[in-house]
Amino acid sequence: MGSKLRIVNGRLYDPANGVDGEVRDLCVEDGRIVESVGPDAKKIEAQGMVIMPGGVDIHCHIAGPKVNLARKLQPESHRYDVQPRTAFTRSGTGGTVPSTFTTGYRYATLGYTTAMEAAVPPIGARHTLEELHDTPVIDKGFYVLLGNNVLLNQLMKEGRRDELRQAVAWWLNATRAYTIKLVNPGGDEPWKGQRNAVITDLDQNIDSFDITPRQVITSLIEVANELGLPHPAHIHCNNLGHSGNYKTTLETMRMAGDSRVHITHIQFHSYGGEPGKNPTSMAPEIAAYVNDHPNVSADVGQVMFGKSTIMTADAPVAHLLRRLGSDKRWVNSDTECESGCGIIPFSYQEHIYTHALQWAIGLELFLLTKDPWRMVLSTDHPNGGSFMSYPRLIRLLMDRDFRDEQIKLVNQRAIRKTTLADGLSREYTLNEIAIVTRAGPARLLGLKNKGHLGVGAEADITIYEEDEDKEKMFTAPRYVLKDGKLIIEDHEFRGDNEGRILHVAPAYDPEIEKVIKPFFESYYSIRFENYAVTDHYLRAHEEIATAKPMAAE
Amino acid sequence: MSENTKVVENATCTFCGCVCDDMNLTVDLDAHKIIKAQNACVLGRAWFTEHVAEKRPFALIDGKEASTEEGIEAAAQILANAKFPITYGLSDTTCEAQRQAVAITDMIGGNLDTTTSVCHGPSGIAFQGTGESTASLGEIKNRADLIVFWGGNPAESHPRLFTRYALMPKGLRIPNGKKDRYAVLVDVRRTPSAPVADKFIQVKPGTDFEVLWALRALVKGRRVDPKLEEKTGVKIADLEDLAQRMKSCRFGALLFGMGLTMTRGRHFNSGALLALASDLNEFTHFVAKPVRGHGNVTGADNVVSWQTGFPFGINFGRGYPRFNPGEFTTVDLLSRGEADAALIIASDPASNFPKPAVEHLKSIPVIVLDTKESVTTRIAKVAFATATYGINVPGTVYRMDDVAIALRPALESPYPSDEEVLTAIKNRVRELLAASGRAGNPAAQKVA
Amino acid sequence: MPETMLLVAGRTSKQGTSLNVGKLKDEYRTVTSTVEMNALDMARMGLKDGDKVRLRTATGETVAQCKQRKPEDLPAGLLFMAYGPPSSQLMTGDTAGTGMPISKNLMVEVTPVTG
Repeated sequence: MGSKLRIVNGRLYDPANGVDGEVRDLCVEDGRIVESVGPDAKKIEAQGMVIMPGGVDIHCHIAGPKVNLARKLQPESHRYDVQPRTAFTRSGTGGTVPSTFTTGYRYATLGYTTAMEAAVPPIGARHTLEELHDTPVIDKGFYVLLGNNVLLNQLMKEGRRDELRQAVAWWLNATRAYTIKLVNPGGDEPWKGQRNAVITDLDQNIDSFDITPRQVITSLIEVANELGLPHPAHIHCNNLGHSGNYKTTLETMRMAGDSRVHITHIQFHSYGGEPGKNPTSMAPEIAAYVNDHPNVSADVGQVMFGKSTIMTADAPVAHLLRRLGSDKRWVNSDTECESGCGIIPFSYQEHIYTHALQWAIGLELFLLTKDPWRMVLSTDHPNGGSFMSYPRLIRLLMDRDFRDEQIKLVNQRAIRKTTLADGLSREYTLNEIAIVTRAGPARLLGLKNKGHLGVGAEADITIYEEDEDKEKMFTAPRYVLKDGKLIIEDHEFRGDNEGRILHVAPAYDPEIEKVIKPFFESYYSIRFENYAVTDHYLRAHEEIATAKPMAAE
Repeated sequence: MSENTKVVENATCTFCGCVCDDMNLTVDLDAHKIIKAQNACVLGRAWFTEHVAEKRPFALIDGKEASTEEGIEAAAQILANAKFPITYGLSDTTCEAQRQAVAITDMIGGNLDTTTSVCHGPSGIAFQGTGESTASLGEIKNRADLIVFWGGNPAESHPRLFTRYALMPKGLRIPNGKKDRYAVLVDVRRTPSAPVADKFIQVKPGTDFEVLWALRALVKGRRVDPKLEEKTGVKIADLEDLAQRMKSCRFGALLFGMGLTMTRGRHFNSGALLALASDLNEFTHFVAKPVRGHGNVTGADNVVSWQTGFPFGINFGRGYPRFNPGEFTTVDLLSRGEADAALIIASDPASNFPKPAVEHLKSIPVIVLDTKESVTTRIAKVAFATATYGINVPGTVYRMDDVAIALRPALESPYPSDEEVLTAIKNRVRELLAASGRAGNPAAQKVA
Repeated sequence: MPETMLLVAGRTSKQGTSLNVGKLKDEYRTVTSTVEMNALDMARMGLKDGDKVRLRTATGETVAQCKQRKPEDLPAGLLFMAYGPPSSQLMTGDTAGTGMPISKNLMVEVTPVTG
């Protein structure tokens, strides 16, 4: 590489290093930020522009078996949103579930340089990696679903704690995942095995397993901690979308004790009200808990009006939603011994009470948080809305007048149930936006060389032209660099890039295979020897180190 | 038989969509043959043991022997200069090769279609209108206590569907295997599959839609017109019994084949079945699965879908993917005489397409990659001999339930893989297009 | 006297195995040019196993040799062939906008070939 660059006269926002809009030079060499470069370096004039680290999306659904089903389901959404090929870029189609090339290019167009696919069943890891390799520019990884894993449930039930930890470590290695994901823990078995039954109680038995969701959650939070994973257990709590579910969320957070835990798309889990009746907002309570507990982090899961696609490993929820939308299509896909998923094309509408409430709750969470480092930005793309709506969301956070205008346009009964009615006047600063879209997610993920632009950081850089209209500003950065290479220059694509797979490889005792293999032989439909993902599927990749494991009790 | 043998364990058979990955192959290294395929069904056994190292020219151009490199040059020239080039096939090759084929077609603004369009394409169309409740095969093995086979003859087309995946095996919640299951077979004729079923239902040809729709009504508690018996040949009592069993099972599965897609109704038939399976989830857990024919047709579906947004029948002529079955599907394009060049990969349309399509195919320059001589290689302008996936060539394939598996080859081959040939063609086409001023697809000029 | 029947083309075990031996070889040719007919239909038309019949549609025609099937297995008026080049001669290229040509329940005219 060796290419040297000096970006001059731009206003730098690098919250991780305490830089808040200072005009200063930024120097790049060999794909990293360096102290200085010589006069022979290429210059980028950034007068009137804002410089930030490349965006980091901590939770989105962009690759893998469930995403591809959702893509295939909606040809009409692709037809009206095409992506022509250029000299450097492949063609594709968009909508809320774009084709892979388009996904990568569009993230880059927004100035994002890292994105994490949030939910992959282990048997789908190979497929997911193949799709990620066709998702250009960005660095990426994925979270592997282990909260409904039949063998792990058996080990938990039998109190085989040490083997549980070894098995989880084995699974992280076999799949090349980034961390442990739990979705509606315990919910799969009743769904598949008891005629679509649902569980609602953290302390009810999961069918014949004789364990409870609580046990699943606490074990996996502990294991993630013991393995020293850079990002803790990433949890989609039980009872997503149900009125009164804030109690489940609070209880789940309490289960973590002092251990790190990440609650994802927490907006969908912040509802008050009686089960079966209209939800209300419990955002203040949820925000307060997160504020008071530094071990807990969350991403918001903001709902944005317009089209979305519900795609979730929470199959029961998708089935429930089937009755609520006007689009009657529904996909359900079970994965042996591991997981399931549900998909519904959806749209959020301003006049509908629940949708307006969800939108408002998301904003409440953003505006009530005391620590933006731990309440980061997401729309749970595409469940709450497409990632292409991030610029609009940023404007809602930064521009109180605009936000107030928008509040007036939505169902007022819903607004009255939230603190937005009291006139939350907070406006996010550029510094805070840089935290919730870059520095915060990178820190929560444990990515030491991303989300900041200090010396040694990877040169993933986004340069925006300052604008009053923040949506316009964040929609089209002037320059985007990935590993110091210019991908977008003057709003045009200049080159392609593959991006790396980010994954962990915690140590484990190979003896655990003697426990796992017999289970495979009985209950899986592929051979144990063919299950783990080989190096061939990693290509350009970076293993992120696990911390020294905490001493076991 | 020589003493010089090796064993390749856990290899994958890619003859049909079952993509069984538990093949233990014994290779005679002297004879350069696979002499034993433990765990294979009769079709898989033939797939492996009939594979011989044929002595074929690396390439044929206008019927004359040529090198692979010469073939690549000839192929690239044809594709770069064509006005309406079409790419077809892709179901019997690796995902790695499929990706190259999509890249080429994108670059030349061509048409991209796979054998899906003449297989479960109608099911893909139905899926877009209905969705689908489905499961991986292991889920069916572990849980299904009711299985309905519709419009298929697994005994002859997918033998291990019965033995390894759906009917016989014991599972997590099915401790006694077949004894814990109730199997139904629905078809127009009594095939060798019928004896394994607990109930065989014979329908009159072309009336599957009516039967499926009647089942939907019965499941929802409605009455059906008794005249249906005469029309479909199926007793209402049998349908009522089936509907009741479907609603009261613990986990039901509907596995369906070409009997629905290749007959009157096509995607309406598939759609009716998928809707029925989805409806049943108001009462119990029920899934449906289209039974896929060729080894990696599911891989083609997946690769093409993630790269373009659409599963088959795609045209890049405007610089981006457009989808329209009937317009951009290959049988139609050929029958209407629209294509002016064809890139056929791992498929033999000259054997299996309707006559009007084959007649047109014979009249245009055809480039074909195949591991064996076929009717299509005989009519081709440029024919490449390539190595066989799963036997000679490693790579990724997808089973009918979208599970991705890595191949373990057993024998070396002197011939290049499809991926190698396609990559070389792609690179040469890129060069030719960049040297603009060449007549051809206007969209290609943007690439310069 | 030509009769109209419905043809179903599909996979058979023999067709699958002989395909692997080679599509241009004899075994595959034989398998894909055999048509199964209802035994009573054959008797009525004066046909024995191995006799040849011409199958014709508006698009094309092919000659196949008969093989009888019990009426409870193959209903009257129904024919079955393992699919291949011969059966493909009979399909029309019109897919009714679906991409899929009809190859099952295809109406064909059946005429015994004499001599």
